Amino acid sequence: MLKTRNGDRLFAVCSYPFFILIGFITLYPLWYILVVSLSSAQYINMGKVSFIPRGFNFDAYKIVFANDNIWRSYANTVLYTSLGTLINVVMTILCAYPLSRKDFYGRRFFTVFVTLTMFISGGMIPLYLVIMKLHLINTMWAIVLPPAISTYNMIVMRTSFEAIPMSLVESAYLDGANDAQILTRIIVPLSKPIIATMTLFYAVAHWNSFFPAMLYLNEQSKYPVQVLMRDIVIAGDVTSDSGDLASNVNILATNYKYAVIIISVVPILAVYPLLQKHFTKGVMVGAVKG
Amino acid sequence: MDQYKMSHAIKQIKRCKYLYLIMFLPVVYFLVFHYAPMYGIIVAFKNYNIVKGIFKSPWVGLKYFRKFIGEPYFWQVVRNTFLMSFYNILWGFPVPIFLAVMLNELHNGKFKKIIQSVTYLPHFISTVVLCGMLVNLLSSDGLLNQVIKSLGGETKQFLMYPQYFRTIYVASGIWQSAGWTSIIYLAALTGIDQEVLDAATIDGANRFQRILHVTIPAITPVISTMLIMNLGKMMNLGYEKVLLLYNGSTYETADIISTYVYRRGILGNSFSYATAVGLFQSVIGVVLLVIANKVSRRLSDTSLW
Repeated sequence: MLKTRNGDRLFAVCSYPFFILIGFITLYPLWYILVVSLSSAQYINMGKVSFIPRGFNFDAYKIVFANDNIWRSYANTVLYTSLGTLINVVMTILCAYPLSRKDFYGRRFFTVFVTLTMFISGGMIPLYLVIMKLHLINTMWAIVLPPAISTYNMIVMRTSFEAIPMSLVESAYLDGANDAQILTRIIVPLSKPIIATMTLFYAVAHWNSFFPAMLYLNEQSKYPVQVLMRDIVIAGDVTSDSGDLASNVNILATNYKYAVIIISVVPILAVYPLLQKHFTKGVMVGAVKG
Repeated sequence: MDQYKMSHAIKQIKRCKYLYLIMFLPVVYFLVFHYAPMYGIIVAFKNYNIVKGIFKSPWVGLKYFRKFIGEPYFWQVVRNTFLMSFYNILWGFPVPIFLAVMLNELHNGKFKKIIQSVTYLPHFISTVVLCGMLVNLLSSDGLLNQVIKSLGGETKQFLMYPQYFRTIYVASGIWQSAGWTSIIYLAALTGIDQEVLDAATIDGANRFQRILHVTIPAITPVISTMLIMNLGKMMNLGYEKVLLLYNGSTYETADIISTYVYRRGILGNSFSYATAVGLFQSVIGVVLLVIANKVSRRLSDTSLW
């Protein structure tokens, strides 16, 4: 690389403040939510909380953690996320493997059959009617089954399977293995990185998913965190804890709402370093493909 | 000859029998959750009755399409869908490109990595959390109004005014996805030959001239493909955010086709009517996508299919 000049130094000087500003805009809303959730009512009302918690306390979190609804919805989310992701990964592998085999008789037909669904769909109401017809309304199956395979993810997985040398498959045939054994004993063990990436892709989607639950579930006891959070944070329904909130002069309903936001984001932040590594790779594979 | 083909096919199918077995569940899945709803689109042409079911409900032809086009809401939801998409592309499309070009110019690896980590983060925040933050930060005693008050301005409940809705929608979309989308452009930027940049430097180009004459032209194919694809997907506007942020007083600018389908179909139980509205949207969506794909193929040799 060549030596930089004066104009370049000017750029370097300007670009740092620019990026620090970008970083600030990105992080500050989240930071503010955290800070307010930990501050006391007195300072929040005076508008004096901006960068660090004032009147530091955990009261809002204590009330949140004492709320059974929140624990239950958390448990629901964990259940939907783990079961849903398991179904996703297994189904995606099952779909991707035959399509990755160039000698699969009917490959073209099945590829079109599957990829067509990326461009044409029945829409919200016809899918709702199908789920109603299957008597899945108000069951967790309405949450975990309809998104079982993301065609896009499946194509990424198929592309990755295609990179495995065919000679491995052929030598396994000679040793008397069938395709099912080849899949479980050769393809899957060799594809651990892409499977890990897909697991993360799907798990985050399930964790953050809200619309299907709102559409198909009608009992609060089955709600995942995202739907409960909509009721508390967006619709402003704090009735289940209104007694505790009113009797605690230290905090406001705002603290409580922000604490709910924070506890739903924490798991995502905890896996974020892992996510970032795998997701960027996933996007790259997609970008090469698209 | 045909007999030969037949026996060849049978042999092939036998050879692949385990592959078909593996493929069985996914095929069932696509049939049930994708193809059955496609078949279900016919309720748009019927007077669907839950008791009678799809098959026995009477045909009504284009009744519901005529009804939709005749509704006072028709222009409102169609206009809102297009305008929201249009502003989304107009303001949201250039930001990730700008971000990627700027990031590419950073040579401090550590700082660059930190900025990337920070800007990718909002992508993983759920729509509900994003909207929860917006509702609270934009409320009458929220952060934005506190800042406005301290500057001596007038406080406002921003989410109650139709004139602010699109701005809020587009700006929060940029906050959430600009960093993430920049990955695609960054990938394209790493493909630029360092020698070309060095040659430009030797010829006396400064950094801004290099960006303008080397970097940008190098990623123009990616930019144009992305733009065309974005235009092709104009109808598939993210409606979850609208659903969480809008209210009766902002329908005028916020109500889009998908949210209208949800209200009329799910909340109002007008399944046939809502399916017709949804189909109207999908047909326009597919037409736009086909056009976008044709244009893209002609201009840059890249296409979706």
